[in-house]
Amino acid sequence: MEAGTPQAVKLEDLHLPGQLSGRKHVLSIMVENKPGVLARVAGLFSRRGFNIDTLAVGPTDDPSISRVTLTLDGAVQPIDQVTKQLHKLINVLKIRDMEPEETVAREMALFKVSSAVENRAEIIQFAEIFRGKIVDVARRTMTIEVTGSADKIEAFERMVRPHGLVEMVRTGEIAIARGAD
Amino acid sequence: MESLKAEGVKDVFGIPGGANLPIYDAVVDADFRHVQVRHEQGGGHAAEGYARASGRVGVAFATSGPGATNLITAIADAMLDSTPTVFITGQVRTDLIGTDGFQEADILGATLPFVKHSFQVTDARQIPEYVHEAFHVASTGRPGPVLLDIPTDLSRADIDYEPRTEPVNLPGYKPSTEGNIKQIRIAAKALANARRPIFYTGGGVINANASEELRELVGSDSFPVTSTLMGLGAFPASHENWLGMLGMHGTYTANHAMDKADLIVAIGARFDDRITGKLEEFAPHAKVIHIDIDPAEISKNVGAHIPIVGDVKLVLPKLTREYRALQTDSSRLDPWWETLRGWQQEHPLFYEPGVDGEIKPQFMIEALHRATNGDAIVTSDVGQHQMWTAQYYGFDKPRRWINSGGLGTMGFGLPAAIGAKVACPDETVVCVAGDGSLIMNVQEFATCVSENIAVKVFLMNNGYMGMVRQWQELFWDRRYSAVEMGASPDWVKLAEAFGATGMRCENSADLEGTMVKALETEGPVLVDVRVAAEENCYPMIPPGNAARDLVEAPGLVR
Repeated sequence: MEAGTPQAVKLEDLHLPGQLSGRKHVLSIMVENKPGVLARVAGLFSRRGFNIDTLAVGPTDDPSISRVTLTLDGAVQPIDQVTKQLHKLINVLKIRDMEPEETVAREMALFKVSSAVENRAEIIQFAEIFRGKIVDVARRTMTIEVTGSADKIEAFERMVRPHGLVEMVRTGEIAIARGAD
Repeated sequence: MESLKAEGVKDVFGIPGGANLPIYDAVVDADFRHVQVRHEQGGGHAAEGYARASGRVGVAFATSGPGATNLITAIADAMLDSTPTVFITGQVRTDLIGTDGFQEADILGATLPFVKHSFQVTDARQIPEYVHEAFHVASTGRPGPVLLDIPTDLSRADIDYEPRTEPVNLPGYKPSTEGNIKQIRIAAKALANARRPIFYTGGGVINANASEELRELVGSDSFPVTSTLMGLGAFPASHENWLGMLGMHGTYTANHAMDKADLIVAIGARFDDRITGKLEEFAPHAKVIHIDIDPAEISKNVGAHIPIVGDVKLVLPKLTREYRALQTDSSRLDPWWETLRGWQQEHPLFYEPGVDGEIKPQFMIEALHRATNGDAIVTSDVGQHQMWTAQYYGFDKPRRWINSGGLGTMGFGLPAAIGAKVACPDETVVCVAGDGSLIMNVQEFATCVSENIAVKVFLMNNGYMGMVRQWQELFWDRRYSAVEMGASPDWVKLAEAFGATGMRCENSADLEGTMVKALETEGPVLVDVRVAAEENCYPMIPPGNAARDLVEAPGLVR
């Protein structure tokens, strides 16, 4: 008898794993850098009714490979089915479901905030607390760059919103595994 | 052309046009047969019929724009039925792409949702490599359609051709075929403990050419077998362990067996909604072993307790070996067989025989079985006639039943029969057609005549789009809406107008004789069989209901 194979398999002892993990997932997908690949990935999500929270695409150290990082809510999306469908795309080379504890994830956002003379100091202070950078100052607005986890960016948004948030843009999360891969 | 030759292509179906003129110029000197169809959809379905009858990759050509878009239905059909096909479309010149040029259509974009893979050539030197990869992807793993789109300036370019025969290396495409041996052992042990097992097999068994292996496994004990519409013929219908087809129009026994089973062994099948009915109430007592080459099918619709990813042709012999080694006592299945035999006796397929020479559609299929000795390659369109053929023909061999299962494409039957006949010229190829369906690709009679493709079409003519009529009768208070086909056209004259032979049969006493005559007549034949107009197809699981809510006869539908 082979190790790892039970002696007898009783049907009542067979159980199904849950479909929904209940947490946020960050998928890192290595794809061939070819025309139309993003359309295949995005099309698959819309066709299968999977909702993406964020999506970021960019080159990697290997010019023939691009990296797609996307975040999904495992409370509503069957992550297992999502990754299996993605694997069927021939241009998809590798998928990693990034473990939160072993992953560094970052997102960047640009906030354009209305800044009258009287609240300018306070906004600058927020930016400093959040280690943001003021990248543009105009007569009525100020633009601040913030980098960090999605939580941090959302926290910054809550702070500046009362001062008048004119415009905001976020890149979507990118992620990399900690330590030696 | 040289690339296609290197892939062993013997036959191609297609139509030329502006953007694939260079390809068609090469067709003149090509070594393969080119069948000039009359509509690109017909060419696509012919390629499917070819692939399904022979197991070889079916190939269709079309030009850019409308030629390519006409192929789309066939591409989608091949995707849903996992049919190995390569579609080669012409495209406008590279410098015109994106300018809305004459006959430009983004066929690559349009077909993204239902191709297994696709290529657009951007450099003529890619062509040999892409062709080689296209055939590899189409025919391996879970088979499917691959599109190759070639701009006309690149298909006419002269390149230094080097045949590509080395193994394809696509880093993102490595189907696993062997099956995890530990999982297979667990499956064997679960089977050994099952009291009410059932084998539920699908088209994957036929695609894998694993009928022998399936029979071996079933024969390792006395397991009952049912199959999907797509899987018919993988296990012989005349075998004593055969319970009949399952699903919406499956047998009472097969559906109730699934409902009561304690272990379902799903092999190359995908738990489609036409099988499961109401998903929450599907097979409530069963654990599931799911064997499939496509990991994404496992636990997609119904959770698998023991998943096995692999080629069923390789997995089944291993499972047989492991199961035999357990030396189980097959008498544990006796009570289960007693139940199954009871159902079979009390609830067989049945229909009220026609009176005064009226031809019942079920009788027509039984007559066709007799006239062809049950050994023809049978294609069908989609609708009632398709279900009756599936129920009553009794397929004993794989690759004898070719229909559109997943997409349900009306008009599939005639062109698919053309493809099957080209692939298997020595076999009898018949198409059981519906009058609603046949007219959708009736132009392909011209192909049959001009290319001398002797398919025999038996038209089940009830003057309606019968299945839609049945649904309107049962579920929409008999408010018939746009389902009457009337008596037109005169099918005999139509066949004759194409240069084929037309026959008509209106009396059940003449039916088998007429069929034999049609089969013995040279060339393509159309037999217009006038059947009972408002016969319904039973058994039926009303849509959205559970398998146990199957209805066996009129008047019982809620």
